[in-house]
Amino acid sequence: MKKNTEPSPHPYMANSNNGNFDQMMKVADVSDIEELFEQIPIAHRTKRDFDLGPVLSAESSLYRHMTGILRKSENCEDNLNFLGAGCWQHYVPAICDEMVMRAEFLTPVWGTPSSDHGRSQAWFEFASQLGELVGMEFVGLPVYSFGTAGGHAIRMAARITKRSKVLLPRSLDPERLAVMKTYCSLPELTGYIEIVLVDMDSATGRIDLNDLKAKLSDEVAAVYFDNPSYLGVVESEALEISRLAHEYGAEVIVGVDPISLGILVPPSEYGADIVVGTTQPLGVHMNCGGGVGGFIATRDEEKYAVEYPTLQVSLTNTSVEGEMAFGLTLFEQSSYGSREQGKDWTGNSVYLWAIANAVYMSLMGPQGFRDIGNSIIERSHYAATRINSIPGLKVLWPEGFFKEFVVNFDDVAIGLDLLHSRLRDVGIFAGKDLQSDFPELGKSVLYCVTEIHTKEDIDQLVAALGEAIK
Amino acid sequence: MTTIKLKNYHAASWDEPLVMQMGSPGRRGAILPSTESGISDVVGEAKNLVSPNMQRQSLPILPELSEFEVEKHYIHLSQQTMGMMGVSLFGTCTMKYNPRVTENLVYQPFVAQLHPFQHEDTLQGTLEIVYRFDELLRELSGMSKFVFQAGGGADAAYTQACITRAYHASRGELAIRNEIITTAQAHPSSPATAAAAGFKVITLPLEADGYASVEALRAAVSPRTAALMVNNPDDIGIYNPHIKEWVDIVHEAGGLCFYDHANFNGLMTRIRAAELGFDACMFMLHKTFGGPKGGGGPAVGAYGCTEALIPFLPGPTIGKNDAGKFFIEKEGPLSIGRVREFWGNVPVVIRAYAWTRAMGAAGLRDAANISVLANNYMEKRLLEIPGITKGLPELTKRRLEMTRYSLGALTADTGVSTLDVQNRMTDFGVDAYWLSHEPWFIPEPFTPEAGELWSIEDIDYWIDVLAHVCQEARTNPDLVKTSPHNQVVHKMDGSGLNDPKKWATTWRAYQRKYPASNK
Repeated sequence: MKKNTEPSPHPYMANSNNGNFDQMMKVADVSDIEELFEQIPIAHRTKRDFDLGPVLSAESSLYRHMTGILRKSENCEDNLNFLGAGCWQHYVPAICDEMVMRAEFLTPVWGTPSSDHGRSQAWFEFASQLGELVGMEFVGLPVYSFGTAGGHAIRMAARITKRSKVLLPRSLDPERLAVMKTYCSLPELTGYIEIVLVDMDSATGRIDLNDLKAKLSDEVAAVYFDNPSYLGVVESEALEISRLAHEYGAEVIVGVDPISLGILVPPSEYGADIVVGTTQPLGVHMNCGGGVGGFIATRDEEKYAVEYPTLQVSLTNTSVEGEMAFGLTLFEQSSYGSREQGKDWTGNSVYLWAIANAVYMSLMGPQGFRDIGNSIIERSHYAATRINSIPGLKVLWPEGFFKEFVVNFDDVAIGLDLLHSRLRDVGIFAGKDLQSDFPELGKSVLYCVTEIHTKEDIDQLVAALGEAIK
Repeated sequence: MTTIKLKNYHAASWDEPLVMQMGSPGRRGAILPSTESGISDVVGEAKNLVSPNMQRQSLPILPELSEFEVEKHYIHLSQQTMGMMGVSLFGTCTMKYNPRVTENLVYQPFVAQLHPFQHEDTLQGTLEIVYRFDELLRELSGMSKFVFQAGGGADAAYTQACITRAYHASRGELAIRNEIITTAQAHPSSPATAAAAGFKVITLPLEADGYASVEALRAAVSPRTAALMVNNPDDIGIYNPHIKEWVDIVHEAGGLCFYDHANFNGLMTRIRAAELGFDACMFMLHKTFGGPKGGGGPAVGAYGCTEALIPFLPGPTIGKNDAGKFFIEKEGPLSIGRVREFWGNVPVVIRAYAWTRAMGAAGLRDAANISVLANNYMEKRLLEIPGITKGLPELTKRRLEMTRYSLGALTADTGVSTLDVQNRMTDFGVDAYWLSHEPWFIPEPFTPEAGELWSIEDIDYWIDVLAHVCQEARTNPDLVKTSPHNQVVHKMDGSGLNDPKKWATTWRAYQRKYPASNK
């Protein structure tokens, strides 16, 4: 007869059969499983039973349950999506998915140089290829997201300059700004960093250089800006921004979307000291926002390297001549090495996505990045031009953007909620409503067009917009 | 000599070059769709769409390979990764099976091709899973609300540090309450995130009972106390029976109490964090709830709290109205804002929900029982190996899901270190084991954890290999010290890793520092 403490055989648990369970009980010299838990005081044990719903240990039942719920969502493959704003729909080559589904990459913890050489090499290839795109020689393993990369970069700059104020552009992604704010602590505590926003030039969408000059001082640790910006525009006076910042001894942090770097000049060439950015466009699905990832890169200078909060792999050799190995460099300064004395903190990140990114960059190659940059910028400009020609609609900055642009609806009567609902009815997910985050832009929407959008898709959007605003 | 039959293992060794060393000019791994003439007619040449000073002049130096070459290269790299396909009794992280059924599901368009800013009407299935999983974790912990924004356990600890900040700031006490108390054996992410958030960290020492003492805590609390951040049990495997008293002491002093439940395996279905008085807790969905580890994420630190802290949670949060419709709610004025963009690693939440439903409450109870039993089974066998002692050996209490051991006696006898043993074990198809967080309180540590996943054969094999390597340490210590011998590559030379002149985190840096590599 089955004793009530004996487990039921389950596919996820090898020793859930009675034979092995009893064998372990015998060797461990346990007669009642509760002996093993005696140290938990009775007063600490819960008295209420657990209701987790009917068990679905049959894979077929689980599959049916899961698909039954998940299929209630509508997706960006069956609909036409123009949402970007920090999470972008690019094509993910099949091999990227194949590699991140490989059990050896998917399942385990990070391993060691001896046990998991292949993954360490893939990580090194991630850092090396990304370094080529951004023009930097020191690249850390990825961090949680673009916003967290920005937060860490600000803290690095504050430590390097021993200053506690940063200038960020007014056009910064509000989602990322919210993240970066938490990285700057609060005035009551030590390590507080004051965030000051630099105005946007409403004529161009770019940073207002006069306001930047007015706000720069020798108290500023860093000037941060994105290229392209959250609102899509290319910060074409980047060199001048960097020059001004450096004049005051501030560090220059630039946030980039690396998919633009086949056609846009790498930030290292216009004065960036620390480059951060997103990794999601490089072979990772949107995953409802769960695809985001970020990176930090700098020149290979000790001054910067010793401030990295991340782990990073270095190419080195082995006891056998000519053999490559990969080991962690500067581990001691991480929170794993030094707890609260470490640089910020690190932990699990998005290391699996680094493999997708490495595969993506290898597939694209130099010409692939040039081509995708061209494809995106042509398609987005086509969309902007067509939308701008719709009576009542206006593209705020019709030139000098990359894949995102702002469309203003002030001159049409319809509210954006109703407009977007009408578009959804015809299978279109319109752009991101900017009204609450950027009230100064009026009734505006941020549109994103990438290489996945065909002319037909864009024409369909334009036709639908024309109908919906009536 | 031992008569154990060990595997005649050798790792795959392709002598694989770096991807940057491969290929030939002009080869393509991906082609973009050509731009329709109707587009070019309107916008002209792409070049003219970027101001000349912002145009990239020379192409990035990236590999030029065909699609199959890229596939083959990365398959080789995966084959050159043990990746838990050996035996990995990796303590602290609780190795779990990642069911293929959910792995396949999350790459379907109904998960992969979703945008977080889609209207909530179009995300009902996704929101339902996230909400249902929140309900399951509430049931398991007694907390009132869970959020999934934190990108890992450390990020959940950071969430706690931010919430501690916001909570005391809202009461006007932050300038005074600037200390967070933790213990020497707490995960490094607790002290590190507390410090990063601006707090002073007070660390209570490990004492003979296997945890810090009540007296030490009493001496540490003060009007400056902002919060307590602890694991229980930690890697020593002992449950702190005074934890309720701890919570009372910290609450009396006006601080918040955070339970780092990253590894919940040993306690599942026996306790509820909220019933112990904790204000918040954290579960790592890959440690306990079957999510994949990915070699270090994407992960989720599921952060749950009591009613009182809900206003401080990062937003947006997900709710359900009376009509059964799920909605996305913007954060309120007290919210800490964001610790990461959007509302979390949704595919990981989906996997964890599926795993929990596949296990059920009884399955979780079984898993806890099997994990703790397997640990005690291992202990019996490990302590029979000469040179191995248990961390805090005088403690007779049964250890929960893992135990820290020491090879100190073996090292004293032979000069062979725990790192050498870790390397050598990989020669027999055993993944590198977990040593210990820094600093090491126990000499030459290792921390195995069998969990509920590994079969008794796997556990036995792991112990047999360890016993064999310990014996080799006595008969042929150089063999162990120079290991690995059957791995992809030989023993790494780590001497230059912290030398700015020698380290190279990119190929470009390596080529500059080692000009001979360019040939």
